[in-house]
Amino acid sequence: MSELPALVIAVPLLIAALLMALAKVLPRIAADILAIVTAAGTTAAAILLLQVSLGKTVVYWFGGWTPQHGVAVGIGFTIDPLSAGLAALVGLLVTAALIFAWRFFESVGSLFHALMLVFMTAMIGFCLTGDIFTMFVFFELMSVVAFALTGYKIEASSIEGALNFAITNSIGAFLTLWGIGLLYGRTGALNFAQLQRALATIPTDSIILPCFVLIASGYLIKAAVVPFHFWLGDAHAVAPTPVCVLFSGVMVELGVFGVFRVYWLIFEPALKPDEPKIRLVFLLLGVATSMLGAIMCFWQRHIKRLLAFSTISHIGIVLAGCGTLTARGLAGASMYLVGHALVKGSLFMSAGMLLQRFGSVDEIELRGRGREWQWIGIVVALAGLGLAGFPPFGTYQGKALIDEGVQSIGQRWSQWVFIAASALTSAAVLRGAARIFLGWGRMNSEAQRSPTEHEEKETRPEADRVPLMMIVTPSVMVLLPILFGLSFFFMPATEAAAERFMQSVSYSATVLDGTPTGPVKTAGSVSVGPDSIVLAFATALLAISIALGDLFGDRLPRTLARWFGSTIDLLLSPLRAIHSGDFRDYAAWLAIGVTIFGGAMAWALH
Amino acid sequence: MSYLAYVVAAWLFLVSFYAIVTTRNLIHVIVCLVVMQSSTYALILSVGYRTGGTSPIFLKNEAPPGTPAVDPIGHALVLTDVVVGATVMALLLALAIQVQKRRGTLDPHELRPMKD
Repeated sequence: MSELPALVIAVPLLIAALLMALAKVLPRIAADILAIVTAAGTTAAAILLLQVSLGKTVVYWFGGWTPQHGVAVGIGFTIDPLSAGLAALVGLLVTAALIFAWRFFESVGSLFHALMLVFMTAMIGFCLTGDIFTMFVFFELMSVVAFALTGYKIEASSIEGALNFAITNSIGAFLTLWGIGLLYGRTGALNFAQLQRALATIPTDSIILPCFVLIASGYLIKAAVVPFHFWLGDAHAVAPTPVCVLFSGVMVELGVFGVFRVYWLIFEPALKPDEPKIRLVFLLLGVATSMLGAIMCFWQRHIKRLLAFSTISHIGIVLAGCGTLTARGLAGASMYLVGHALVKGSLFMSAGMLLQRFGSVDEIELRGRGREWQWIGIVVALAGLGLAGFPPFGTYQGKALIDEGVQSIGQRWSQWVFIAASALTSAAVLRGAARIFLGWGRMNSEAQRSPTEHEEKETRPEADRVPLMMIVTPSVMVLLPILFGLSFFFMPATEAAAERFMQSVSYSATVLDGTPTGPVKTAGSVSVGPDSIVLAFATALLAISIALGDLFGDRLPRTLARWFGSTIDLLLSPLRAIHSGDFRDYAAWLAIGVTIFGGAMAWALH
Repeated sequence: MSYLAYVVAAWLFLVSFYAIVTTRNLIHVIVCLVVMQSSTYALILSVGYRTGGTSPIFLKNEAPPGTPAVDPIGHALVLTDVVVGATVMALLLALAIQVQKRRGTLDPHELRPMKD
């Protein structure tokens, strides 16, 4: 039990190595079972860690290198409820993705499974580590496996998507490493708690701010925050379906987690920031990201690309929730993240099934072809409502808490932006569902102009029937929140966990001095204001009307339709132009983004 | 320790960044990323350098504990960094080979995914 934090990392890595070594001889079914059992076991272990960490923050030193006289000498894992919860979500999604992939890529043996297990390990390590350089190493491991998984199908477009992804994210990783190097030079420490104490003793000088900006920029690139988001559309559109589930569900979100992990544990006590200004910076980043993602999402016809931009939009909401710097906002962001991961996972899986059955993920081409698949249509429509933050999905509670968070910092206006963004992303999915599964709507000249791509089927071409596992997994992911009694039950614990995540001083006392933290105190109940349910219904209605409006827009009077079309075109053409697909443009945007973010942080801190 | 080492590190980073933005060849980009990674080696090694320090291996006769030495943690970080870098570059080069095989070009302008 006491070695559990090490085993969570070591066992999946060893199994991955085993799968790799036996790739040639192991029958496919054995690889499937071994990988799924490992992922499920890791999930169970992470849940166990979550339960223990609710009692006290778990500190584990590898090799027994405990701190000497309050100085960290070893490498440690520090597990608080929020990080353990995130690790459990990673495990859950990897298990689901592996079950979904039961019949995928029949020809390639067990390499895919090995990569997925390494990917899971890297993400879990990133969540649990208590050391900034170890965090970087897990970050890089996660990135490299992700590049390989993106290009796994080895088709022309998937390799190009993987290259764009790899180049932008490598630059991001080097930015982070620069920040870590400078920080180490200034403090001589790498452990979070040690860094926090070291920064408290030295005068705040002009080096500390660039350290934060550089580290955070690397993580924001992973989080696909505007203007660092360009790689995500390219990578998601071409990656295999089970991989997309993980990219959208957790990998991107881990970028946001990384930013706030280092903000709270290292920089917040030292920088003594002007909180309203920092909040404004993160809120504006979140608002820009969610709006741009939503607009780009709505006018796509390639379903995986549509879902990718939808992820960008929802990441904006999560970022804004964390950026309120309140326990309520952070708790909301955490619940939102879980709800979004389940919903988006099942949407990607449904897209994967369409690809498997019809050899296309193009909304226009697929029009009416899904009529025989009523069940999948219902799953997709439900998930679409989930994106709008409709109860009982986790996105509902999350959004309600985030709304309260932004209200408490006096930025109520942003709530309306998030409603618009979730309504647009939800409308895009509902429109797709109506078009594919009901055959509604006519050819729309606007939609025809967005980029599309022909993909190869992901399973054997002769496999015409969709395997049962492929249908069961997304259905379970959508129905889970409904069966789970609305997950209101988790709200008090999540809020308490969020508070624990922000308590940096007691964190360093626990890690370095061994002062035990008490159990996470839960308020008896966290209630969400009654207006949140009204807003949820309003958002869903808005989404449905936007979807219907887009499907049947050609029945409007012609002048009105033409005026509307040209306005949209005016808005969209510059946006389309900047999503050029050329990594050199992306790198230039990256430089601009780092400059803006750095400038904003300098403004906020001085 | 003079500031020159830090200037070199920053220069390497900026010059490789500029080259990535203006490149015309995929292999060139990968080499630029190697240069960019080297800037992090230069940075971390200069952070750990002590003027007049020996290598951090202490012996009873030659270098007893307490002798000024350069920071071994910096070396460990750079070694890890080299391993990480080798993995990324190997993967990128493999992808570049596949691109050349399938599209017959390495010019990034010709290689845009999801072209209209």
